[in-house]
Amino acid sequence: MLNQFMSYLGSNVTPGSANNQLWALIYVLIIFAGVSVAVMAMNWLERKALAHFQIRLGPMRVGPHGLLQPFADALKLMLKEDIIPAEADQFVFWVAPLIGLLASFTVYTVIPFGPSQAVSDMNIGILFMLGVSSLGVLGIVVAGWASNSHYPLIGALRSSAQMVSYEVAMGLAVVSAILMTSMKTGTGTLSMLGIVEAQQEQGIWFIFKFFPLGLIAFVIFAIAMIAETNRAPFDMAEAESELTAGYHTEYSGLRWSLFMLAEYAAMIAVSSIAVTLWLGGWMRPFPNLLHAPAWDFIFSLFPGITFGGLAAIAFIGTARMPAHSFFKVQRIGLAVFAALLGFLALLLLVIAVAGRSADTSLAARFNEGIGYVYWFVLKVAVFMYLFIWYRATWPRYRFDQLMKIGWKVMLPISLGVLMVTAIVGVLVS
Amino acid sequence: MVPITTFHYLVVAAALFVLGVIGVLTRRNVVIVLMSIELILNAVNLNLVAFSRMWGNLNGQVFSIFVTVDAAAEAAVGLGILIAFFRNRETINVDEIDLLKW
Amino acid sequence: MNPAINAGMAPVATPGFFYVLAGLAVASGVAVITRRNAVHAALALIVTLLSVAGLYLMLYAPFVFAVQLFVYAGGIMLLFLFVIMLVNIERSSKERRFNRMWPVALAASCALMVLFLSAFVKGRTLFPDRLMPLPESSNTQQIAGMLYGEAGRMGQYTFAFEIASLLLLVAILGAVIMTKKKI
Repeated sequence: MLNQFMSYLGSNVTPGSANNQLWALIYVLIIFAGVSVAVMAMNWLERKALAHFQIRLGPMRVGPHGLLQPFADALKLMLKEDIIPAEADQFVFWVAPLIGLLASFTVYTVIPFGPSQAVSDMNIGILFMLGVSSLGVLGIVVAGWASNSHYPLIGALRSSAQMVSYEVAMGLAVVSAILMTSMKTGTGTLSMLGIVEAQQEQGIWFIFKFFPLGLIAFVIFAIAMIAETNRAPFDMAEAESELTAGYHTEYSGLRWSLFMLAEYAAMIAVSSIAVTLWLGGWMRPFPNLLHAPAWDFIFSLFPGITFGGLAAIAFIGTARMPAHSFFKVQRIGLAVFAALLGFLALLLLVIAVAGRSADTSLAARFNEGIGYVYWFVLKVAVFMYLFIWYRATWPRYRFDQLMKIGWKVMLPISLGVLMVTAIVGVLVS
Repeated sequence: MVPITTFHYLVVAAALFVLGVIGVLTRRNVVIVLMSIELILNAVNLNLVAFSRMWGNLNGQVFSIFVTVDAAAEAAVGLGILIAFFRNRETINVDEIDLLKW
Repeated sequence: MNPAINAGMAPVATPGFFYVLAGLAVASGVAVITRRNAVHAALALIVTLLSVAGLYLMLYAPFVFAVQLFVYAGGIMLLFLFVIMLVNIERSSKERRFNRMWPVALAASCALMVLFLSAFVKGRTLFPDRLMPLPESSNTQQIAGMLYGEAGRMGQYTFAFEIASLLLLVAILGAVIMTKKKI
């Protein structure tokens, strides 16, 4: 086992390609922990951002500025009474959240955080992702049926009909992006790493390729992915004022938190697909235009600067807290959090400076790896913020309007984009 | 352990096929009969892909894709017939669907 | 792309994975034909389809694996679940599961299984001992070549592909018309 551990340390392929099970397992555990932390952070960010959009403050009490609110929520949900409806089908009721969770988390095995920072690089990566996320619909349908109640059943049927309709438009938009991977070499690829490397070879993010075709395909995918994850403005099936929370009405406590976890994980997963296919994956901005080592160094300072900025905001928050004895604990807590962020920023800056010149030293490899993961996570974080922004800003679509858009607007446009991309691709090459 | 050969896959496919045949012949719920037909088609697909691997030829895989497409079409039409029948006769019991004209 | 992918990935713990997947497939198959509740049978069928998809991956057929996931597990089973919810009547879960001919059916199916096994065992000398080496280019590319035709020459299955799309169109029309209340 130590042999497996040591033999992978110097390689530049994913653990799946290197046939290294131990490191694949380690990556899976890291992804699991990372996604859980991301879901908790996303929960906090959603409540705070929605509140600020609505000119109120959001959670402020639990930790400094509500930073410990997700932990309190998780604790509460775990300790709540586990209610199962009387006539519900026990086994199916129990299994339904697990199906959704399975589908949402299995997708993470092929998401590329860097050229070798993925669990495995399947030849059919993008097909695998689309196929597995279509398994999540089964979890919703089964959950609605197993609750043995009207509102969940209608919510589940509506939700699954919506997801299935938008999957078609999503798939066609993905196909038109995959067409673009074959423009330079004549051979396209379905593997996620291959798609980012094709963007690197062609020197352009696919969102800008054959302008405006890439942009339209990206917009269609961006709209379809909001409908896929049942988020506003397509959340008719689970909105509280419409259907009393839809398919997860009868689920309480830990089971409901599993549904929420599956939904947020699915959001992060489809955002990762969008980032990989159109926004250049792990590449930093302008990798070909600004190619000099000086620019490389400047861009490698960005992770440290980001965390430094966050630490500065936290310090300012500490300074602005009222100097009352009631706030002493919160002040100390926020100051400690700011200090942690500052320490992380300092560490990243040290790594960036130490790894700037040499190519194969340990600091340089860390620097590169951190850079890849940082740019990928930054782009996905932009998408997450957009999800929250859409929820705060737009009213919800009525269900028949939603289905009309899915079939009568998105599908023809995505078909048109696909055909025009194919024609333009043949004409150009 | 014994290395896995084509024979192992064929045995699994045969088992799934026989299970599907038992389901079609014995169950009384029409939906479960249709699901057993899907089991049969899957067994055939597994057989095709196993032989395709054995001969190194991709014809088997392409054929299995066509079988899958066919199974999708047949499931849709079969379930449509079932729904239309259920609307008229209120039963999904194979034994009660035995009159051509009522 | 990483060259290690196509150069014959050495499989890992193959017998273990095979026995787990095959056992799961057969056990769920038994559950499909014996469950009284139709939704339980549908869930068992999903497990069977996923295990068979795993077996396809073991047979180095990733594209067929993806097609199985998309079409079977993600599409057909959803259709089945919708229809089960539509036609689910309480009466059906209290009736007898098997019809009156079940001993005859079971005997005939066992005879069929014995026939299969004897055919396989007797014909064992016909199968080559070693598995063929993997082709050079990716599986998807080769299947695309056969379906769509490689550069300059028609593929073998292009015509069948077009007919399959017509078949799907006919099936869609048929299903829609049959289930409409008023045509």
